[in-house]
Amino acid sequence: MTDETAVLSPSAAGSKQPAAEGGGRGQVWRSRRYRWDLRWSPYAFVAPFFLFFAAFGLFPLLYTGWAALHQVELTDPDNMTWVGLKNFTRLWDDEFFWNALRNTVTIGLLSTVPQLAIALGLAHLLNYKMRGSAFFRVAVLTPYATSVAAATLVFVLLFGRDYGMVNWALSAVGLGSVDWQNGTFASQLAVSTIVIWRWTGYNALIYLAAMQAVPGELYESAALDGASRWQQFLHVTVPSLRPTIFFTCVVSTIGATQLFGEPLLFNGGAGATGGSEHQFQTLGLYLYEQGWVNLHLGRASAIAWAMFLILLVIAGAARLLRGRGASR
Amino acid sequence: MRSLRAGRLTYLVLGLFTVGSLFPLVWTAIAASRSNTRLAQTPPPFWFGGNLGRNLQVAWTDANMGTALLNTVIVAGTVAAGTVVFSTLAGFAFAKLRFRGSRLLLGLVIGTMLIPPQLSVVPLYMLIAELSWTDRLQAVILPTLVSAFGVFFMRQYLAQALPMELVEAARTDGASSLRIVWHVVFPVARPAMAVLAMLTFVMAWNDFFWPIVALTQNGSPTVQVALTGLGRGYIPDQSVIMAGALLGTLPLLLVFLLFGRQIVGGIMQGAVKG
Repeated sequence: MTDETAVLSPSAAGSKQPAAEGGGRGQVWRSRRYRWDLRWSPYAFVAPFFLFFAAFGLFPLLYTGWAALHQVELTDPDNMTWVGLKNFTRLWDDEFFWNALRNTVTIGLLSTVPQLAIALGLAHLLNYKMRGSAFFRVAVLTPYATSVAAATLVFVLLFGRDYGMVNWALSAVGLGSVDWQNGTFASQLAVSTIVIWRWTGYNALIYLAAMQAVPGELYESAALDGASRWQQFLHVTVPSLRPTIFFTCVVSTIGATQLFGEPLLFNGGAGATGGSEHQFQTLGLYLYEQGWVNLHLGRASAIAWAMFLILLVIAGAARLLRGRGASR
Repeated sequence: MRSLRAGRLTYLVLGLFTVGSLFPLVWTAIAASRSNTRLAQTPPPFWFGGNLGRNLQVAWTDANMGTALLNTVIVAGTVAAGTVVFSTLAGFAFAKLRFRGSRLLLGLVIGTMLIPPQLSVVPLYMLIAELSWTDRLQAVILPTLVSAFGVFFMRQYLAQALPMELVEAARTDGASSLRIVWHVVFPVARPAMAVLAMLTFVMAWNDFFWPIVALTQNGSPTVQVALTGLGRGYIPDQSVIMAGALLGTLPLLLVFLLFGRQIVGGIMQGAVKG
């Protein structure tokens, strides 16, 4: 800033300290502004995050709790009738809710466990010195750039009952074809495959980053002790990666709890039921069906809170597990 | 770092993974170049046919792909730009500036990552309905304009990459905080900003749950919402659906082709420090 603007500013005129030179008034103003800037600009810099979060995160979060205690229809959201815990007790007796919860757990396990195990092995391979390592890293990450919608639509075709490539390959090797959309286990496996395809490479890169931070001496001393590559992987790599593995487990669990796009679109445009028998309807999908198909926003809110409580329980259990692992 | 050399088996297995990763995408293009009748035959086609132009055209008009793509570019671009700027500002404050309550506030930022987005969907929908934003792009843009991950990512980067002396020197020269941000922080943070921009762009491009709630297909859909419309016909034309999927995926694949290495580096960087 030039002195000119400082002199023009009215607040500088009130300063009590006499100016030794011509620029004195400006200096006082400048130092005051300097202190003010130092004190408040950090808050200004973090303010956008908190403002947006308050408006579009915190307020809706609390309001969901409020809406869960009301009967609200999508068509008339202003008209709320207090029903207390009825939405929750109703959920408790709702077989579709328990079905969706069960499906979320099984699809979650079917997708998360193999995904992380494969990612760990993949990262181990990517960690070798080799030609074209950059190419392989980009290649395995490519599915991450594919949208849920595009990926699911392709997999619906690949898993088609009569003309799908998966069944064609299965028949070719004499295994017979599978009804991937209607069998409970088969459809859940198919939905999980989409999740595994999209996220394995991403997790592998996270593991790879952690592996590269493992000190080489650990491997050298293990090799001196006569450990094979497999034993090194098991006794050096995996223990060193424990915090990262824990982190990816938490993130994948949160992701699995919210699974929505894959089961919605795997139904081939037949709505949010998650298959003719609700065999792959997840909690996220059930929430959507209650809120935006059946128009019961209150019930949808109750499902949202139930999902949150489940996540809290999982987080608590994970904390316990981690505490035990760390104390060992 | 380890320096074991890869054996042939490693190349073989990685090659298989590469095929597995890329095959569904390549096959999308193959299916998009065939006819619906050919897709309903065994064995499925393994090579390109001659219908690509026709299918792309039908998908383009049926799903209103031109508008959808433009909308998605606007949404993903704005969200990426906003996230990068706000995250860099907040990340700089958390990494280098001293202020009362900074630790508590940073804890809050990280804590917000644990809240599942579904939890806010119902009232968020009511909020945008109240504001008459349904079907408008700001309904998708504004709620995702800031990101806790972004703040954390930039904080971790700046804590390492920005020397405190640089900030202090600028202060001694009489620069205001805003000037320091513009002339010191932004230039230093540029590599991380680029990575965050790409990650956010990919995420915003592929976002599904909130857009499908907030936008309908008749209004101004994003590509993902438009794609779900293609599959809803009585007898859906699969080759057209695949053409639509191809249209919705190609732009990001191009981004990946150009910046793949940087994106890989960014994910790994975020992983180590996170």
